[in-house]
Amino acid sequence: MSLFNVFSIAGSALTAQSARLNTTASNLANADSVVSADGKPYRAKQVVFRAMPVTTDGGVGVRVAGVVDSAAPGRMVYDPKSPVANEQGYVEMPNVNVVEEMTNMISASRAYQTNAEIMSAAKTLLLKTLAIAQ
Amino acid sequence: MLGREVLPLWMPWRLARLLHNGWRSNYLRPTMLDRIDQQMGTLRTAANLRAYRQELLASNIANADTPSYKARDIDFKSALDGAIAGRGAFAMARTSPRHLAGPDGAAFSNAPHGAQVLYRTEFQANVDGNTVNMDVERSAFAENSVQLESALTFIQQQFRSLQTAIQGQ
Repeated sequence: MSLFNVFSIAGSALTAQSARLNTTASNLANADSVVSADGKPYRAKQVVFRAMPVTTDGGVGVRVAGVVDSAAPGRMVYDPKSPVANEQGYVEMPNVNVVEEMTNMISASRAYQTNAEIMSAAKTLLLKTLAIAQ
Repeated sequence: MLGREVLPLWMPWRLARLLHNGWRSNYLRPTMLDRIDQQMGTLRTAANLRAYRQELLASNIANADTPSYKARDIDFKSALDGAIAGRGAFAMARTSPRHLAGPDGAAFSNAPHGAQVLYRTEFQANVDGNTVNMDVERSAFAENSVQLESALTFIQQQFRSLQTAIQGQ
Protein backbone atom coordinates (compact mmCIF):
# COMPACT_ATOMS: atom_id res chain seq x y z
CA MET A 1 0.00 0.00 0.00
CA SER A 2 1.62 3.16 -1.24
CA LEU A 3 0.21 5.41 1.44
CA PHE A 4 2.18 3.67 4.15
CA ASN A 5 5.37 4.43 2.22
CA VAL A 6 4.59 8.13 2.55
CA PHE A 7 5.37 7.77 6.24
CA SER A 8 8.84 6.35 5.65
CA ILE A 9 9.59 8.93 2.93
CA ALA A 10 8.41 11.94 4.93
CA GLY A 11 9.94 10.45 8.08
CA SER A 12 13.37 10.23 6.44
CA ALA A 13 13.00 13.89 5.45
CA LEU A 14 12.13 14.81 9.05
CA THR A 15 15.30 13.09 10.26
CA ALA A 16 17.43 14.77 7.59
CA GLN A 17 16.00 18.24 8.18
CA SER A 18 16.42 17.95 11.94
CA ALA A 19 20.08 17.01 11.36
CA ARG A 20 20.40 20.14 9.25
CA LEU A 21 18.77 22.17 12.00
CA ASN A 22 21.25 20.63 14.46
CA THR A 23 24.27 21.74 12.42
CA THR A 24 22.76 25.23 12.08
CA ALA A 25 22.35 25.41 15.85
CA SER A 26 25.92 24.23 16.31
CA ASN A 27 27.22 26.81 13.82
CA LEU A 28 25.31 29.68 15.40
CA ALA A 29 26.35 28.66 18.90
CA ASN A 30 30.00 28.60 17.82
CA ALA A 31 29.92 31.69 15.64
CA ASP A 32 32.54 33.28 17.91
CA SER A 33 34.46 30.21 19.12
CA VAL A 34 38.02 31.19 18.36
CA VAL A 35 39.47 27.95 19.70
CA SER A 36 37.85 24.56 19.13
CA ALA A 37 38.86 21.06 20.21
CA ASP A 38 41.80 20.92 17.77
CA GLY A 39 43.13 24.32 18.82
CA LYS A 40 42.04 26.02 15.59
CA PRO A 41 39.00 28.24 15.09
CA TYR A 42 35.65 26.48 14.76
CA ARG A 43 34.75 25.57 11.14
CA ALA A 44 31.14 25.87 9.97
CA LYS A 45 29.51 22.47 9.38
CA GLN A 46 27.20 21.73 6.46
CA VAL A 47 25.08 18.61 5.91
CA VAL A 48 25.05 16.84 2.53
CA PHE A 49 21.70 15.39 1.55
CA ARG A 50 21.44 12.35 -0.68
CA ALA A 51 18.34 10.72 -2.19
CA MET A 52 17.75 7.21 -0.85
CA PRO A 53 15.27 4.70 -2.33
CA VAL A 54 13.01 3.44 0.45
CA THR A 55 10.57 1.37 -1.62
CA THR A 56 10.88 -0.92 -4.62
CA ASP A 57 8.41 1.06 -6.73
CA GLY A 58 10.21 4.39 -6.92
CA GLY A 59 9.59 6.02 -3.55
CA VAL A 60 12.67 8.05 -2.69
CA GLY A 61 13.48 9.33 0.78
CA VAL A 62 16.43 11.43 1.81
CA ARG A 63 19.34 10.80 4.14
CA VAL A 64 22.30 12.75 5.41
CA ALA A 65 25.27 11.43 3.43
CA GLY A 66 27.74 13.28 5.60
CA VAL A 67 28.61 16.44 7.47
CA VAL A 68 31.37 18.48 5.84
CA ASP A 69 33.37 21.47 7.09
CA SER A 70 32.86 24.67 5.14
CA ALA A 71 35.91 25.65 3.09
CA ALA A 72 35.25 29.37 3.39
CA PRO A 73 38.14 31.44 4.84
CA GLY A 74 37.77 32.63 8.42
CA ARG A 75 37.09 36.23 9.34
CA MET A 76 40.24 38.10 10.45
CA VAL A 77 39.65 40.44 13.36
CA TYR A 78 42.32 42.87 14.59
CA ASP A 79 42.75 42.24 18.32
CA PRO A 80 46.42 42.37 19.41
CA LYS A 81 45.52 41.81 23.09
CA SER A 82 44.13 38.34 22.36
CA PRO A 83 46.40 35.41 23.34
CA VAL A 84 45.65 33.71 19.99
CA ALA A 85 46.51 36.75 17.87
CA ASN A 86 49.16 36.24 15.16
CA GLU A 87 52.25 38.40 14.62
CA GLN A 88 50.27 41.10 12.84
CA GLY A 89 47.75 41.20 15.71
CA TYR A 90 44.93 39.52 13.85
CA VAL A 91 42.72 36.77 15.29
CA GLU A 92 41.15 34.24 12.92
CA MET A 93 37.45 33.90 13.78
CA PRO A 94 35.20 30.98 12.70
CA ASN A 95 34.03 31.02 9.09
CA VAL A 96 30.38 30.96 10.17
CA ASN A 97 28.21 33.23 8.05
CA VAL A 98 25.40 34.18 10.42
CA VAL A 99 23.05 35.40 7.68
CA GLU A 100 23.52 32.17 5.75
CA GLU A 101 22.85 30.15 8.90
CA MET A 102 19.65 32.06 9.62
CA THR A 103 18.28 31.41 6.12
CA ASN A 104 19.34 27.78 6.46
CA MET A 105 17.44 27.58 9.72
CA ILE A 106 14.27 29.03 8.20
CA SER A 107 14.54 26.70 5.20
CA ALA A 108 15.09 23.63 7.39
CA SER A 109 12.23 24.40 9.74
CA ARG A 110 9.85 25.10 6.83
CA ALA A 111 10.87 21.85 5.15
CA TYR A 112 10.34 19.99 8.44
CA GLN A 113 6.91 21.56 8.80
CA THR A 114 5.96 20.62 5.23
CA ASN A 115 6.94 17.00 5.70
CA ALA A 116 5.08 16.81 9.00
CA GLU A 117 1.99 18.10 7.17
CA ILE A 118 2.49 15.46 4.48
CA MET A 119 2.47 12.77 7.15
CA SER A 120 -0.67 14.16 8.69
CA ALA A 121 -2.39 14.24 5.25
CA ALA A 122 -1.38 10.62 4.64
CA LYS A 123 -2.75 9.67 8.05
CA THR A 124 -6.09 11.34 7.30
CA LEU A 125 -6.33 9.48 3.99
CA LEU A 126 -5.43 6.15 5.59
CA LEU A 127 -8.10 6.64 8.25
CA LYS A 128 -10.53 7.44 5.45
CA THR A 129 -9.53 4.19 3.73
CA LEU A 130 -10.12 2.30 6.96
CA ALA A 131 -13.61 3.76 7.15
CA ILE A 132 -14.68 2.19 3.83
CA ALA A 133 -17.78 0.01 4.22
CA GLN A 134 -18.57 1.26 7.68
CA MET B 1 -21.88 -25.04 -2.36
CA LEU B 2 -20.79 -28.34 -0.88
CA GLY B 3 -24.16 -29.91 -1.59
CA ARG B 4 -23.85 -29.06 -5.26
CA GLU B 5 -20.46 -30.68 -5.54
CA VAL B 6 -21.60 -33.88 -3.92
CA LEU B 7 -24.47 -34.36 -6.36
CA PRO B 8 -23.24 -36.45 -9.33
CA LEU B 9 -23.30 -35.00 -12.83
CA TRP B 10 -25.75 -37.58 -14.14
CA MET B 11 -28.59 -36.27 -12.00
CA PRO B 12 -31.31 -35.72 -14.62
CA TRP B 13 -31.86 -32.02 -13.93
CA ARG B 14 -28.16 -31.26 -14.10
CA LEU B 15 -27.83 -33.13 -17.41
CA ALA B 16 -30.76 -31.21 -18.79
CA ARG B 17 -29.24 -27.89 -17.80
CA LEU B 18 -25.85 -28.86 -19.21
CA LEU B 19 -27.40 -29.77 -22.57
CA HIS B 20 -29.38 -26.56 -22.60
CA ASN B 21 -26.62 -24.14 -21.59
CA GLY B 22 -23.45 -25.78 -22.86
CA TRP B 23 -20.50 -27.18 -20.92
CA ARG B 24 -18.69 -24.07 -19.74
CA SER B 25 -21.64 -21.74 -19.50
CA ASN B 26 -21.86 -22.00 -15.74
CA TYR B 27 -18.29 -20.91 -15.36
CA LEU B 28 -18.46 -18.08 -17.88
CA ARG B 29 -21.61 -16.44 -16.63
CA PRO B 30 -20.68 -13.50 -14.39
CA THR B 31 -21.83 -13.92 -10.86
CA MET B 32 -23.10 -11.14 -8.66
CA LEU B 33 -19.70 -10.80 -7.01
CA ASP B 34 -18.04 -10.43 -10.42
CA ARG B 35 -20.36 -7.55 -11.23
CA ILE B 36 -19.62 -5.86 -7.93
CA ASP B 37 -15.93 -6.38 -8.57
CA GLN B 38 -16.18 -4.86 -12.06
CA GLN B 39 -18.06 -1.89 -10.71
CA MET B 40 -15.50 -1.29 -7.99
CA GLY B 41 -12.54 -2.10 -10.25
CA THR B 42 -12.13 1.31 -11.87
CA LEU B 43 -12.42 3.16 -8.59
CA ARG B 44 -10.02 0.75 -6.94
CA THR B 45 -7.45 1.25 -9.71
CA ALA B 46 -7.92 5.01 -9.47
CA ALA B 47 -7.41 4.95 -5.69
CA ASN B 48 -4.30 2.78 -6.06
CA LEU B 49 -2.80 5.12 -8.64
CA ARG B 50 -3.65 8.16 -6.55
CA ALA B 51 -1.97 6.57 -3.53
CA TYR B 52 1.09 5.84 -5.64
CA ARG B 53 1.17 9.42 -6.92
CA GLN B 54 0.94 10.56 -3.32
CA GLU B 55 4.09 8.54 -2.63
CA LEU B 56 5.95 10.12 -5.57
CA LEU B 57 4.93 13.64 -4.54
CA ALA B 58 6.03 12.92 -0.97
CA SER B 59 9.39 11.79 -2.40
CA ASN B 60 9.70 15.07 -4.30
CA ILE B 61 8.88 17.16 -1.25
CA ALA B 62 11.23 15.11 0.95
CA ASN B 63 14.06 15.75 -1.52
CA ALA B 64 13.40 19.44 -2.00
CA ASP B 65 16.93 20.22 -0.75
CA THR B 66 18.80 17.23 -2.21
CA PRO B 67 21.38 18.27 -4.84
CA SER B 68 20.72 17.01 -8.39
CA TYR B 69 17.47 15.27 -7.42
CA LYS B 70 14.99 15.23 -10.32
CA ALA B 71 11.29 15.59 -9.49
CA ARG B 72 9.08 12.80 -10.82
CA ASP B 73 5.38 12.29 -11.33
CA ILE B 74 2.91 10.14 -13.23
CA ASP B 75 0.33 11.29 -15.75
CA PHE B 76 -2.73 10.07 -13.90
CA LYS B 77 -5.08 10.05 -16.91
CA SER B 78 -2.86 7.98 -19.17
CA ALA B 79 -1.94 5.66 -16.26
CA LEU B 80 -5.62 5.00 -15.53
CA ASP B 81 -6.43 4.56 -19.22
CA GLY B 82 -3.57 2.11 -19.55
CA ALA B 83 -4.60 0.20 -16.44
CA ILE B 84 -8.23 -0.10 -17.62
CA ALA B 85 -7.17 -1.21 -21.11
CA GLY B 86 -4.80 -3.71 -19.48
CA ARG B 87 -1.79 -2.24 -21.24
CA GLY B 88 0.12 -1.43 -18.10
CA ALA B 89 0.11 -4.98 -16.78
CA PHE B 90 2.39 -6.11 -19.61
CA ALA B 91 5.43 -3.98 -18.99
CA MET B 92 8.66 -5.27 -20.48
CA ALA B 93 10.79 -7.34 -18.12
CA ARG B 94 14.58 -7.22 -18.25
CA THR B 95 15.74 -10.81 -18.14
CA SER B 96 19.37 -10.00 -18.85
CA PRO B 97 21.56 -7.17 -17.61
CA ARG B 98 22.54 -6.49 -21.25
CA HIS B 99 18.96 -5.53 -22.15
CA LEU B 100 18.25 -1.86 -22.56
CA ALA B 101 16.15 -0.30 -19.81
CA GLY B 102 12.71 0.93 -20.77
CA PRO B 103 11.94 4.61 -21.23
CA ASP B 104 11.12 4.93 -17.55
CA GLY B 105 14.25 3.15 -16.37
CA ALA B 106 14.59 -0.09 -14.45
CA ALA B 107 14.10 1.44 -11.03
CA PHE B 108 10.43 2.23 -11.54
CA SER B 109 9.28 -0.94 -13.27
CA ASN B 110 7.52 -1.93 -10.03
CA ALA B 111 5.04 0.94 -10.26
CA PRO B 112 1.46 -0.26 -9.69
CA HIS B 113 -0.64 -0.95 -12.81
CA GLY B 114 2.46 -0.37 -14.95
CA ALA B 115 2.20 3.39 -14.53
CA GLN B 116 4.96 5.29 -16.33
CA VAL B 117 6.97 7.44 -13.98
CA LEU B 118 8.12 10.58 -15.80
CA TYR B 119 10.44 13.44 -14.92
CA ARG B 120 8.85 16.80 -14.37
CA THR B 121 9.64 19.55 -16.88
CA GLU B 122 11.62 22.17 -15.05
CA PHE B 123 10.98 25.83 -15.59
CA GLN B 124 13.05 27.32 -12.79
CA ALA B 125 16.28 25.39 -12.50
CA ASN B 126 18.27 25.32 -9.31
CA VAL B 127 22.02 25.81 -9.31
CA ASP B 128 22.54 22.43 -7.63
CA GLY B 129 20.58 20.56 -10.33
CA ASN B 130 17.49 20.01 -8.18
CA THR B 131 14.22 20.32 -10.13
CA VAL B 132 11.76 20.26 -7.22
CA ASN B 133 9.50 23.29 -7.30
CA MET B 134 7.90 23.44 -3.89
CA ASP B 135 4.73 25.32 -4.86
CA VAL B 136 4.07 22.95 -7.77
CA GLU B 137 4.60 19.92 -5.56
CA ARG B 138 2.50 21.29 -2.72
CA SER B 139 -0.43 22.14 -4.97
CA ALA B 140 -0.18 18.76 -6.72
CA PHE B 141 -0.11 17.05 -3.33
CA ALA B 142 -3.19 18.92 -2.12
CA GLU B 143 -5.03 18.20 -5.38
CA ASN B 144 -4.07 14.54 -5.26
CA SER B 145 -5.23 14.26 -1.64
CA VAL B 146 -8.65 15.58 -2.56
CA GLN B 147 -8.87 13.28 -5.57
CA LEU B 148 -7.87 10.24 -3.51
CA GLU B 149 -10.35 11.19 -0.83
CA SER B 150 -13.11 11.53 -3.42
CA ALA B 151 -12.26 8.10 -4.89
CA LEU B 152 -12.46 6.63 -1.39
CA THR B 153 -15.77 8.41 -0.79
CA PHE B 154 -17.20 6.99 -4.02
CA ILE B 155 -16.13 3.48 -3.00
CA GLN B 156 -17.72 4.01 0.39
CA GLN B 157 -20.96 5.19 -1.24
CA GLN B 158 -21.03 2.10 -3.47
CA PHE B 159 -20.74 -0.10 -0.42
CA ARG B 160 -23.56 1.87 1.21
CA SER B 161 -25.75 1.30 -1.88
CA LEU B 162 -24.94 -2.41 -1.80
CA GLN B 163 -25.82 -2.61 1.87
CA THR B 164 -29.10 -0.86 1.23
CA ALA B 165 -29.85 -3.31 -1.61
CA ILE B 166 -28.95 -6.33 0.54
CA GLN B 167 -31.04 -5.19 3.47
CA GLY B 168 -33.94 -4.33 1.17
CA GLN B 169 -34.99 -1.28 3.08
